[in-house]
Amino acid sequence: MAFVDSEVSGGTQADQDALSVKIVVAGGFGVGKTTFVGAVSEIEPLRTEALMTEASTSVDDLSMLPEKRTTTVAMDFGRITLADDLVLYLFGTPGQNRFWFMWDDITRGAIGAVVLVDTRRLADCFGAIDYVEQRGIPFVVALNAFNGVQEHDVEDVRDALQVGPEVPFVVTDARERESVKVVLVTLVEHAMSLIQQP
Amino acid sequence: MAAPDGRRVRPYLATRGRTRPVQDIAIEALVSTTKDGRTHGADPEPERERILRLCHSPRSVAEVAAIVSMPLGVARVLVADLETEGLVRVADPHAAFAGSAEPARNLSVLERVRDGLRRL
Ligand SMILES: Nc1nc2c(ncn2[C@@H]2O[C@H](COP(=O)(O)OP(=O)(O)OP(=O)(O)O)[C@@H](O)[C@H]2O)c(=O)[nH]1
Ligand SMILES: [Mg+2]
Repeated sequence: MAFVDSEVSGGTQADQDALSVKIVVAGGFGVGKTTFVGAVSEIEPLRTEALMTEASTSVDDLSMLPEKRTTTVAMDFGRITLADDLVLYLFGTPGQNRFWFMWDDITRGAIGAVVLVDTRRLADCFGAIDYVEQRGIPFVVALNAFNGVQEHDVEDVRDALQVGPEVPFVVTDARERESVKVVLVTLVEHAMSLIQQP
Repeated sequence: MAAPDGRRVRPYLATRGRTRPVQDIAIEALVSTTKDGRTHGADPEPERERILRLCHSPRSVAEVAAIVSMPLGVARVLVADLETEGLVRVADPHAAFAGSAEPARNLSVLERVRDGLRRL
């Protein structure tokens, strides 16, 4: 978090082009996505906006929006420089799940997704899980511990979400850097296992 | 031409000769100012000038949009034009792996990411 928002600080300095990869942090409204990103990011989470009109074809309910031309969709993201030539970005999905066009941009080429779940509002993550399952995006389910979730609740939640046994479930505290690291490592290892045993 | 947020969208939208469709640029693609971009002198367009200065250290397209405060789509257009003019390089992770597995499906890349995360 030592980032200064000046125009020349940060980034990598390698002569060769660095490689950038990304992980998606998905989940329902207010589930802790930005908190999760901020816990490990070397910069304060930044916010990027896309204009609704940029992808009108894939938006399902434009008609519900009175002023579609001024609608923007925001996503928060963070950065972790893993090596001189390797940068990891964490992109949080927009809080309102219906902006699926933004998800296509965020997930294209991603290592995988962390689906954050608030066990008091399980249904809020259904959209995210459907999305990543349908597209074959590797994902892990992270239950936010601030709701008093215990390890022994995990299998109940797995049943409720109807997610297969191959998908890792972890209990996390989105505010804790070490806890967030564990979730990310679990996701990367899961993505690796899917390559090794297609 | 006025953008929906009132920002002027310049004729860039009509620029020809880009190396690829603007929407194909990954949001995590790293933009870096080339030597030509560094010696280009102050660009008359303030947003282009900011991008050229910002990307002395490589920054993703998403960071460019966030820090220069412009919608992602506008950032993509400006970056694509600067690339066409040779003032920035765009390291697109997908293009870099053309023909082989993309980085997110490349075991050695994933190993490096895992090890890097563990070291944090
Ligand atoms: N106690 C506790 N509070 C948390 C935790 N994670 C998030 N919060 C709080 O929950 C609220 C929402 O967190 P955000 O990180 O903004 O959630 P979000 O998913 O980014 O929200 P949207 O982008 O609006 O969908 C904030 O007030 C956080 O401080 C957690 O693990 N424990
Ligand atoms: Mg948020």
